[in-house]
Amino acid sequence: MNSRLNIRAVLIGLLMFFAIWQALAWLIHRPIMPSPFQVLPIFVRSMIGELGVHFLASTGRVLAAIALAVVSAVPIGLGLGQMPQVNRIFAPLIAIVYPIPKIVFLPVIYVLMGITDISKIFLIALIIFFQILVVVRDEAANLHPELILSVRSLGAGRRALFRYVYFPASLPAMLTALRVSVGTAVAVLFIAEQSLTTYGLGYFIVVETYQVLRYPEMYAGILAMGLLGLILYLVIYHLELKVNRYRAEEQD
Amino acid sequence: MINIEDLTFAYSGQPPIFQGYSLEIQRGEALAIIGPSGCGKTTLLYLLAGLRHPQSGHILIDQVSIKRPRPRSGLVLQDHGLLPWQTVRENARLGLTIWGFYGSDGRHAPVDETIDARQADQRVDGWLTKLGIENLRDQYPLQLSRGQRQRTAIARTLAMQPDLLLMDEPFSALDAPTREDLQKFIIDLHAATDLTYVIVTHDIEVAVVMGKKILVLTKGCNQNAHMIDNACAGLAAGRRQDAFQQTCEDVRHLLGSLT
Repeated sequence: MNSRLNIRAVLIGLLMFFAIWQALAWLIHRPIMPSPFQVLPIFVRSMIGELGVHFLASTGRVLAAIALAVVSAVPIGLGLGQMPQVNRIFAPLIAIVYPIPKIVFLPVIYVLMGITDISKIFLIALIIFFQILVVVRDEAANLHPELILSVRSLGAGRRALFRYVYFPASLPAMLTALRVSVGTAVAVLFIAEQSLTTYGLGYFIVVETYQVLRYPEMYAGILAMGLLGLILYLVIYHLELKVNRYRAEEQD
Repeated sequence: MINIEDLTFAYSGQPPIFQGYSLEIQRGEALAIIGPSGCGKTTLLYLLAGLRHPQSGHILIDQVSIKRPRPRSGLVLQDHGLLPWQTVRENARLGLTIWGFYGSDGRHAPVDETIDARQADQRVDGWLTKLGIENLRDQYPLQLSRGQRQRTAIARTLAMQPDLLLMDEPFSALDAPTREDLQKFIIDLHAATDLTYVIVTHDIEVAVVMGKKILVLTKGCNQNAHMIDNACAGLAAGRRQDAFQQTCEDVRHLLGSLT
């Protein structure tokens, strides 16, 4: 991360974003491209009301999926990284499953897990799971053996090694993987929310607004979805800066 | 203090490095282990540290067979093994932090002593001061020189108040003044307390400076201990240059005759 993202950069980015949007609205001049001046008041008003509920529903799903993915992928990744014999058995499987776009499993998951929220959360978790699994495994496997030995000599057993060595060592890479995969996760959420639910930004954008031609409201939904992605990205990015502090302060 | 009885050790698929090997190390001893690379000197140190396990035979420290790292044994490696994401102070405190993590359970941490967070901080700061790196305590290892990193690793080990200090080439990557300084630090500490230490080195002069006894290992299978008593241990002060050179010569000769 060479270019640091600060508040000033975010504000400039937002300003340019709205300027281009306004320009497009003038150029296209059709109902499908309303001006931001028309959309923003609707956005602010509906975020306090109906849209806010959809926003919270989507946020809840993404956060639950991130939690599920982290809680399952980190221990498995650390385990595989520490046990090369086991990793050798599963590595080919992971290599094959890793690049499959997980959304293709959507129908299977619906049939197997039912049409509750759980199946949507599971699908998103699946995407993040493999991203985190692979980087955590590789980070744990690449730790210097002498480092492990010297920490073991201080009395660390498996639990302390996990807590003080393996987990912090893989944290930066885990956050990077999360930041990269969170965009895909929100995109898949958008698709998964278009059916079999009455809450969520995907449902709001497609069923409640797009299909009934409420374009300005639809844009408010799109803004909310963009905001969700942006907030997640920025939060993870700042966590990354925090855990990478020791690298940033390197002198030479 | 240390009894090695009838030790046999081999890495899988390789001929044994030690076979029926026995050795006794007294409390308060200053032992240097020297030998060509591949002779098993690091392996012997790891066996003493409880990080490797013999195929047969026993290693007893204070009459207890060593199956896992012993709380009162400290280990210092050539590659300091600091956590890059922790500051000097956090690194030096790591052993005490792990102690706090498990409690004084006798397996991971000494059972005969408890320590609270404030005492731990004070003890760590005390060692940082003695090692002359208290002004670096908020720096990260990447910002330090090799010597400063090794000082941090030594502080980390000594904060556990070990009665046995195991060192594997601890000074090899350091420049000469830093090496002498740290050698003196360990020798003075040994003189002031009843600390027993074992230092592994490939450097004859380091062995003669640090080892009141020098164990010479051979490449191939070690069955007998070749131990040299060394009266010239210690740094320059009072050292008779010719005796020092003669001891170096003896070690060199023994190394040559064994390979």
